[in-house]
Amino acid sequence: MLDSNKDSLKLEAMKRIVAMIARGKNASDLFPAVVKNVACKNIEVKKLVYVYLVRYAEEQQDLALLSISTFQRGLKDPNQLIRASALRVLSSIRVTIIVPIMMLAIKEAASDMSPYVRKTAAHAIPKLYSLDPEQKDQLIEVIEKLLADKTTLVAGSVVMAFEEVCPERIDLIHKNYRKLCNLLIDVEEWGQVVIINMLTRYARTQFLNPNINEGSGGDKTFYGSDEDEDEDEEEKEKNPYVMDPDHRLLLRNTKPLLQSRNAAVVMAVAQLYFHLAPKAEVGVIAKALVRLLRSHSEVQYVVLQNVATMTIKRRGMFEPYLKSFYIRSTDPTQIKVLKLEVLTNLANETNISTILREFQTYIKSMDKDFVAATIQAIGRCATNIGEVRDTCLNGLVQLLSNRDELVVAESVVVIKKLLQMQPEKHSDIIKHMAKLTDNIQVPMARASILWLIGEYCEHVPKIAPDVLRKMAKSFTNEEDIVKLQIINLAAKLYLTNSKQTKLLTQYVLNLAKYDQNYDIRDRARFIRQLIVPTEKSGALSKYAKKLFLALKPAPVLESPFKDRDHFQLGSLSHLLNAKAGGYQELPDWPEAAPDPSVRNVEVKDSVRAVGTVTFRDTGGLWDLQGPQKVEGKSDSASGSESGSGSEESGSGSESVESEEGSESEEEEEDEEEKNKKKKKKELKKPVQETLTILHLVLCLQTIAPSSALKNYELLHRITGEGLSVEYCFSRQPFSPDANMVAVQMQFTNNATSDTKNLHMEDVKLQSGMRVKEFPEIGDINVAVIKNKRSRSCSKFFVSIQPPVGELMRPIFLTENEFKKEQGQLMGMNEITEKLTLDAKCRNEHAIVQRVTTAANLSRVPCGSDKECRFAGRTVTSSSLVLVTVATKEEGAAQLTVNCEKMLIGTMLVKDILLALTQ
Amino acid sequence: MIHSLFLINHSGDIFLEKHWKSVISRSVCDYFFEAREKAVDPENVPPVLQTPHHYLISIYRGKLFFLSVIQTEVAPLFVIEFLHRVADTIQDYFGECSEGIIKDNIVTVYELLEEMLDNGFPLATESNVLKEMIRPPTILRSVVNTLTGSSNVGDTLPTGQLSNVPWRRAGVKYTNNEAYFDVIEEIDAILDKSGTTVFAEIQGVIEACVRLTGMPDLTLSFMNPRLLDDVSFHPCVRFKRWESERVLSFIPPDGNFTLMNYHVSSQNLVAIPVYVKQSISFFETGPCGRLDITIGPKQTMGKTVENMMVTIHMPKAVLNANLTATQGTYTYDLTTKVLVWDIGKLNPQKLPNLRGSLSTQLAISGNPRYIMTLKLSQLMLVDCLKVSRLDMYGEKYKPFKGVKYLTKAGKFQVRT
Repeated sequence: MLDSNKDSLKLEAMKRIVAMIARGKNASDLFPAVVKNVACKNIEVKKLVYVYLVRYAEEQQDLALLSISTFQRGLKDPNQLIRASALRVLSSIRVTIIVPIMMLAIKEAASDMSPYVRKTAAHAIPKLYSLDPEQKDQLIEVIEKLLADKTTLVAGSVVMAFEEVCPERIDLIHKNYRKLCNLLIDVEEWGQVVIINMLTRYARTQFLNPNINEGSGGDKTFYGSDEDEDEDEEEKEKNPYVMDPDHRLLLRNTKPLLQSRNAAVVMAVAQLYFHLAPKAEVGVIAKALVRLLRSHSEVQYVVLQNVATMTIKRRGMFEPYLKSFYIRSTDPTQIKVLKLEVLTNLANETNISTILREFQTYIKSMDKDFVAATIQAIGRCATNIGEVRDTCLNGLVQLLSNRDELVVAESVVVIKKLLQMQPEKHSDIIKHMAKLTDNIQVPMARASILWLIGEYCEHVPKIAPDVLRKMAKSFTNEEDIVKLQIINLAAKLYLTNSKQTKLLTQYVLNLAKYDQNYDIRDRARFIRQLIVPTEKSGALSKYAKKLFLALKPAPVLESPFKDRDHFQLGSLSHLLNAKAGGYQELPDWPEAAPDPSVRNVEVKDSVRAVGTVTFRDTGGLWDLQGPQKVEGKSDSASGSESGSGSEESGSGSESVESEEGSESEEEEEDEEEKNKKKKKKELKKPVQETLTILHLVLCLQTIAPSSALKNYELLHRITGEGLSVEYCFSRQPFSPDANMVAVQMQFTNNATSDTKNLHMEDVKLQSGMRVKEFPEIGDINVAVIKNKRSRSCSKFFVSIQPPVGELMRPIFLTENEFKKEQGQLMGMNEITEKLTLDAKCRNEHAIVQRVTTAANLSRVPCGSDKECRFAGRTVTSSSLVLVTVATKEEGAAQLTVNCEKMLIGTMLVKDILLALTQ
Repeated sequence: MIHSLFLINHSGDIFLEKHWKSVISRSVCDYFFEAREKAVDPENVPPVLQTPHHYLISIYRGKLFFLSVIQTEVAPLFVIEFLHRVADTIQDYFGECSEGIIKDNIVTVYELLEEMLDNGFPLATESNVLKEMIRPPTILRSVVNTLTGSSNVGDTLPTGQLSNVPWRRAGVKYTNNEAYFDVIEEIDAILDKSGTTVFAEIQGVIEACVRLTGMPDLTLSFMNPRLLDDVSFHPCVRFKRWESERVLSFIPPDGNFTLMNYHVSSQNLVAIPVYVKQSISFFETGPCGRLDITIGPKQTMGKTVENMMVTIHMPKAVLNANLTATQGTYTYDLTTKVLVWDIGKLNPQKLPNLRGSLSTQLAISGNPRYIMTLKLSQLMLVDCLKVSRLDMYGEKYKPFKGVKYLTKAGKFQVRT
């Protein structure tokens, strides 16, 4: 059927083949016939062929190569779905020969226009890596590139690739950390899980322990080892802990995800809070985790495991939800047992009575395993909480008369452990238990009773030999573990009460000597040598009594979840309590915080990201930006201005704030998103000497291509109470978003005192200023600069009004291109003005200088010396702007502006006219 | 990430397998079968198993096991949640998730699995997106397909994949635009032997059925949002609006979906609408026991209790039940030892009662478990969440809107 011409027949055939694959039957014989159809036009057939190929290509490598060219063609298809699926299939074919092809395809796709294709590229990375680990270095490059991607679609996939290929390269995250934090809420849910887990690890290496100053207060310290505590305390006074703003950013941005419908996301956030948040804030996760308990039983199972670990360290967190852990008879046994565990962990003096009442009802359950677990839980409560020990013990003793043997046996074992704590008081219980030996058959329980009697034979001197007598009788029929205890009992009795038991002991030892189990034979031989005095008996026998009747420490009943928290919560390793393959250890907190500046290497990047978030949660954010490290220093031309101020002060201290702002416009529809921030940097002023101006890395005064920058005053130093602000348009491409214009701001403090906490509040963008469909024009930022000085703070209202000429970027055109483009922008799009040139600028050089100052354009080479041509594109809409200045005699000139956007054209004409005529 | 998936039916046959990386032999499932043997109930199989080379994570849904094989560290909840999503998707596509249905549509299911995971990492899990790529089968479509030769597989990238509203498909059109919301509140409660409440809480869910043309932007506001203690949302809900204004603002997915789950704060005491008087005793002397249950309404504020049903799990030793019910009918399943008493509407004048004798084997251990299910139509509890209004922006037509309230028993059980 596959050879048929009809698509419907082919489809039918393929469906049958795929059904075979799905059922796990071998369909590899059909490989040649199927591969032929890889180029089939019908998309459904094609898809099924892909499915088949991916499944069998590994087995039939040579034949699979036949299909490669189809995919290579597919990679160039204009349809993004086809490009993506071609890459998907290509990368899923596990044939080593095509590794170079795959590498090439991934690299290409990583810079594809469509984010969907880039996402597919990210998915392909781990596939290639598993096929050929030697490509790692090249793949890391691709990952690095994709990590810088700003679409939410890609973020999750690339972090997944990062985790699989190079989880140790934490340095790749630095630059993208803030971006990831901010994008997180919009990433699809599966990506969120991966990103959160990765960020948890990242944060553990980069930030300080927020709980470092606590822990001495009696509560168990959660983090850090005990030895560190003393040091911590000393340090406490010196360094009050200040949370890194990036740390705070992570915590704040993940919190809303607790409301996710996806249990995995909730768990991921919960573990992030548990591992990273200050103690006071961890509480928020409890409610969300309790909510998950309503979910499917498998989800409950995992959540309860994690809750159990958490309750050991942070009992208070879950105490209000105690009742949510009550057990329903319909729960599966494994859930019941876990809930018991949690209840036991939560038990304390105040709630123990309620919990015990609950336990009492559980004991009546039909589920035997569960009853046994309950009895053990009671035992643990009793050991942990002294007040109820007697009550528990009495309750357990009552259980000894239960009809069910398993219940009795379990109680015996638990009672034994409890009795060890205070044997003197309870000799009657021991007597009672001795009677039970006749009835109980469960070996573990019998062994426990025998051990008890042996251990405390002094409390029950009459019964003990009798029990031994009975046991000796049934010795041969007992289980091994019971036999060992009989030998022990005999030995102990021999030492304390040799008169009555000498013969019995001999008898038991003789029986044991011929036992089938070598352990028992060994034990018998060893004990005989030790206790029965013979001529040869060594020095040890003197100490026999000490050896056997030494006081034994009472067992500590511990939760099996005690030390599990060294695994990252929510991980597979934590669940299994064993390291799973590929598990990344959660690193300990660093002693000292690594340099936080690594995250702002690309200031523009990170701040831009912060800016986007501010739209959501308004304000506040600026405060969070910590002291930024300054990397570039330069004496700047503007130094003179600040000089005067510092001379007045005489103190020699001065702080200079340098700021980089950006402003941009986006699509017409979205008003809110329209403008981007300027950003602030806060600089401490470690400088003693005057006239030092610090610049942020990116503010280095490299001057835009062809002309000097024009400075505008934003805040005069008199109105600004000593602070003056100037801004200019740096004309450098704003790398995070090509659709934005960078604004560089320079802050100068001319006052005597420090200026601190300089930040922006309430950025208002007046959309009303904009004229119809020309969004480039009137974006006006009214910013309030808050200047907090000693205790008073001042607010200044300022606004930045970009001239239209700054809203474009230069492009390079050849003369021919210029003419061609100009030809297309005639009529309505052309504006011509006649003008008389200013006397000073009649030469070509001056004209070029003035035009480029007025507008960010580049010169187009031109044959005639009477004409100067300039070209550029508007930043937002990329519409072409062409300017021609044709000079005539006596300063007369003609200015022609061609621009698709008429309004821009008109405004530009005005600006250039002004520049040229003055 | 997820390496392979096996679907296993109740009797332990593997009837579908899918591998996303290289093929893993199905013999890996033997470890699972071993654990399955050990656990008596299928529910008791541990969801996570460790084998020498792999880890097995399984869920049990609709009498089927979804068993995934993984090789490296991954958050177990991630896998579990995904497997449930697979089951949900199958249910969404074919109406139910059962062995028969999957076998009938094995190719579609296989294609779905192919789309949902790429290299073991989830790719597209929103059913709206999937439905655009692989259209669910309908009778009409299969007829059209055979006649015209068109296919079930979409050839363009679903817009949802690219937009920031991945849950909604583009170009939805309806002649009747309607949006319905069901506010369902479930009472979870444990009553002890004497009928006092050990634990009770109310969990609610808002199920929505939205069939609106275009890209509507809805805002749902409540009269008493204060009641909500803990909530979880469908990803479409804008969290910031909720935080600041306590309204749900969202662009809905097309069709049926769960808008929100919530928990009503437990400060207010939960009024249990019925009371139960029960006594069950087994005689030490002879092979029989006695059962007597009476149920009556309590604090229902004039609303009637409907669909009342009592399920009793008897101890294994109970052989048969010989009872008389004053209202409704009862059945006793001898193999599962479950007694079901279907009462129906609760009549406050004549209280339903079930009494009679049980014949048992001699040794009786354990007590029966009661589970009650009941349903109250209309809102009845004082602390019921009430919707105040629904506004729509972004589209011009007037939709038909409706809200229905329902209170029913969730995990409601009586201890003995």
